[in-house]
Amino acid sequence: MSNVYIQKFISYRHLMIELVKKGIKLKYRRSYLGILWSLIEPLLTMAVLTVVFTRLLGRDAKGLNIPFALYILIGRLMYSYFSSGTKTAMRSIRANAPMIKKVYVPKYLYPLSSTLYTYVIFLISLIDLFGAAVVMGVKPSWYMLQAIIPLVLIFFLTFGIGMILTTVDVFFRDVEYIWEVVSMLIMYTSAIFYTTNRFKGWMLNIFKFNPLYRLIEGFRDAFSGQPMHPYGMLYAALFSLAVVLFGFFVFYKKQDNFILHI
Amino acid sequence: MGKTILKVSHVGMKFNLSKEKVDNIKEFVIKLLKRELHYNEFWALKDISFDVEQGDRVGVLGLNGAGKSTLLKIISGVFKPTEGEITVEGKIVPLLELGAGFDRQYTGGENIFLYGTVLGYSRDFLKEKYDEIVEFSGLGDFIDVPIKNYSSGMRARLGFSIATIVDPEILILDEVLSVGDRKFKKKSLKKIQSMMKSNVTVLFVSHNTDQIREICNKAILLEHGKLIAKGEVNEVCDYYEKLIEEEYDIDELPKKLRKKRRQKQKQQQQQG
Repeated sequence: MSNVYIQKFISYRHLMIELVKKGIKLKYRRSYLGILWSLIEPLLTMAVLTVVFTRLLGRDAKGLNIPFALYILIGRLMYSYFSSGTKTAMRSIRANAPMIKKVYVPKYLYPLSSTLYTYVIFLISLIDLFGAAVVMGVKPSWYMLQAIIPLVLIFFLTFGIGMILTTVDVFFRDVEYIWEVVSMLIMYTSAIFYTTNRFKGWMLNIFKFNPLYRLIEGFRDAFSGQPMHPYGMLYAALFSLAVVLFGFFVFYKKQDNFILHI
Repeated sequence: MGKTILKVSHVGMKFNLSKEKVDNIKEFVIKLLKRELHYNEFWALKDISFDVEQGDRVGVLGLNGAGKSTLLKIISGVFKPTEGEITVEGKIVPLLELGAGFDRQYTGGENIFLYGTVLGYSRDFLKEKYDEIVEFSGLGDFIDVPIKNYSSGMRARLGFSIATIVDPEILILDEVLSVGDRKFKKKSLKKIQSMMKSNVTVLFVSHNTDQIREICNKAILLEHGKLIAKGEVNEVCDYYEKLIEEEYDIDELPKKLRKKRRQKQKQQQQQG
C-alpha cells in the first residue's frame, strides 16, 4: 500500500520540482534585484529591529552568548519562514483551483510544493546569518551542527500546519483572517526581538509550550556555542510529528471533497 | 479481442447542490442553527458499468446534462466517484481542457515544462521534445511571451501540442476538434487521426452522431445519469436518433428541455 504512494510520489517528482521552481521564480519576477531580496530584506529588518529594541527602548541583552543583532536575526528568519510557509500552503489548494478542477494531480503536492519553495528561499536567506556571524566575530564551534535539527523540524512543523490550514480553508475562508491573528500571537510568543529573561511562571510557560519558540531557542543555542535543551527539542520534534500526522489525516479525509467546494 | 484497458464498474457520482455556497463560518453556524443546512442530493451518474478494450474507439452520446463530462472527469481522475470503481491500465491523455495547468505569468516555453510535468512527462523528455512542440504549435517567437498575453486560440494550440507529444494509451476527446484557426484545426485533426491508427483507445464525446459514426466503432448512451445503451456504434446511434425524434420534435427540443428543467427545479424546491 505504502509502496504505491511512494511510486506515485516518485512519478510526480518532476512536477514537484516544477512547482517549487515556479513559486520561487514568480515571487521575484519583475523585481530588479530578484532573489537577492531574500538576502537584503532580513538584514534590513534585523538592522531596524536591533536599533529599535536596543537604542530606543533600551532593552538590554545581558546573559546572551550571542550578539543581540544575531539573536534577532535568527528569530526573524525562522519566524518569517514559518509565517510565509503556512500562509502560502494555506492558500495553495484554492490558488490552484483551476488546475485541480481539470487535471488529476495528487493534491498534497500543492501544500507540499508551497512549503518547499518558501523553505528554499529561507535556506538561501541563511547565508545572511553566516555572513553576520562572521562579521560579528562569532567563534565557530561544533555546536553549530546542532542547527540542522531545528532547521529540519521547522519544515515539518510548517508543512503539517499548512496541510491542516489548507484543508480548512477550502471549506471556510475565515481561516485566512483568523490565521493572520494567530500567527501574530505566535510571533509575540516566540521571543523574536526580546529575551525571555524577564518572564516567570505561567508567562514563561507560554514560551516553553510554543514549539516554534523551542526551535528558535535551539537554533540560537547552536550559534551561542552551547548544547540545546534536550527536552525542549524533543517536545518540538514530537509536536511537529503529531502535526504532520494530523495534517495528513485531515487532508486525506477531506481531499475528495475539495473539488466540490473550490 | 484485445485486453480490457478501461473498466468502469457500478460508478455513481453524487453532488450536494446547496442553494448557496456556504463558505464562511458565520453563515454555516447561522444556517445550522436555523436548520437550513440541507442539501439537495443530485446523482449526476448512477450505476454506470462498461468495459473498453484496447483499440476500441468509444463514442459517448447524450443530451446536455446527461452526465458525459462528469463521466470523463471521473475517468481522468479529477472527480472521485461516490460509489463504484474505475480501473485504468495505461496512460490517459485527456484533451478536455487544453492548457488547464498553465500559469498565466509564465511564458509559453516555461509552461511547456509546467504543463508537461502535470501530464507526467519528465523534464529531460520535454527538453528533448521542446522544439517539436514549439514547431507544431506554430507560435514562433511568441513562445517567450507570458501566456497572459496570448489569445485563447494560441493557448489552445500550445496546450494541444504539449498534450499530444506522445501517443497515449487512452485518449479522451471532448469535442476538441475545434481548436484554433482553420489551418491548425486541419493539422490537429490529422494528428488525432494518425494517433487513432496506432491502436490507441479513444473516448470521444459529441452530440454529432455523424462524427461519432465516422470515428468510433462502439458507443454508449447516457441519459439523466444512467447508461441506457451500449454496443456497436451504428446501433446506439440509431437508437439515440430515434429516441430524440420520438420524444421531441427536433425544432422544439430546446424549448421542451427548458420546460423540463424548470419543472425539475420546481420539484426540487418543493422537496427542499
